[in-house]
Amino acid sequence: MIDDSKPIFMQIAELIENDIISGVLAEEAQVPSTNEFAAFYRINPATAAKGINRLVEDGLLYKKRGIGMFVTRGAPQRLREKRREKFQQQFIAPLTAEASKLGIGIEELVSMIKTGSAG
Amino acid sequence: MTRSTAIATRELSKTYKDVRALDNVTLDLEPNRIYGLLGRNGAGKTTLMSILTGQNYPDQGTAHIFGRAPFENDLTLSRICFIRESQKYPEDFKVHQAFKAAAMFFENWDEQLALDLVEAFALPAKRRIKKLSRGQLSAVGVIIGMASRAEITFFDEPYLGLDAVARQIFYDRLVEDFAEYPRTIVLSSHLIDEVANLLEHVIVIDKGRIVVDSDAEELRGAAVTVTGDAKKVQEFIGAADVLHRDSLGALASVTIKAKLSGDQREQAKLMGLDLSPVSLQQLVVRSALSTNEGTDKRTEARA
Repeated sequence: MIDDSKPIFMQIAELIENDIISGVLAEEAQVPSTNEFAAFYRINPATAAKGINRLVEDGLLYKKRGIGMFVTRGAPQRLREKRREKFQQQFIAPLTAEASKLGIGIEELVSMIKTGSAG
Repeated sequence: MTRSTAIATRELSKTYKDVRALDNVTLDLEPNRIYGLLGRNGAGKTTLMSILTGQNYPDQGTAHIFGRAPFENDLTLSRICFIRESQKYPEDFKVHQAFKAAAMFFENWDEQLALDLVEAFALPAKRRIKKLSRGQLSAVGVIIGMASRAEITFFDEPYLGLDAVARQIFYDRLVEDFAEYPRTIVLSSHLIDEVANLLEHVIVIDKGRIVVDSDAEELRGAAVTVTGDAKKVQEFIGAADVLHRDSLGALASVTIKAKLSGDQREQAKLMGLDLSPVSLQQLVVRSALSTNEGTDKRTEARA
């Protein structure tokens, strides 16, 4: 879950983002508290708070004073758009690079994707 | 040093006969954070903590706890809890009597937390201290350290004899309790991987000198290991600060101190190089080892 590849607060932010995109955390749903995140992932509470605050700054979560943190309406759509922009760079570029290394042409690649997603 | 500093040292030095246990240690620790004091055995961790808790004194330099010198200062000492690696308790005491004594000394003592932890660690409360196993003795120390809720708590390798399950209980309960009752915690450990995620700030001491004093999040991703064709690896890393280098035939694996941008990662991928993250433990080990080349200077200064 938590690894060493990047700062933990970024990983916490991404984990929450994933839950928002997949619908595990629905719009207007309450998000676990900083301390609950800290206890669950066994991380420093200040780090958990930093991750959550990042999403508040991005407007994906909002605070209700004295109650807690909630998912902003429209957050899933915004996240999906953001992820789509990254999709090319994160997935398509390495895919085509590896394919050309192996001598797999675009046509063949497309048909592989088709059979892959059909299976 | 500001008023909000929990612990401040300035050019602290301590020499035992011919060993320089502490060498010009200057640190500022803020309140309500969890600090990791990491380093090898004999690096100077315990010496530093005993000076900070008034159980030892420096040859040179100053140490202040909440702005006051800890040595022979009862008012300051009652705000500090120091759990040593092999903490001694009166042998004929029963376990619950040891807790009673601690409760008298620490004004924030939480009896309920102590009872919960006794149960969590399955500690026989009515057994005499001298009949306890090594792990059970460590559990007594951990419980006193946590239930005291002192403003500053030092845990000096508190887990001797504790098995992996008991250590996990310790870490879990520490995070939980700290979240509710923030205080300054200094955790000295060489089981770095186990505690890495709990730490907000990391101090690495090696041969008496501070070699790392940095936020844990800054250290994460501060180094990367590049593996692949030796020539390409060299081309990629250029003049970067090398922490470690391994090679196997034409293959090289080099750990460098660098935060890579997305473009650089992309480039590495295109060059057929593998990038792998460096754990805090690896980083500490590499930092300590790479400073060893500089230690000759210290020996000269001593002679």
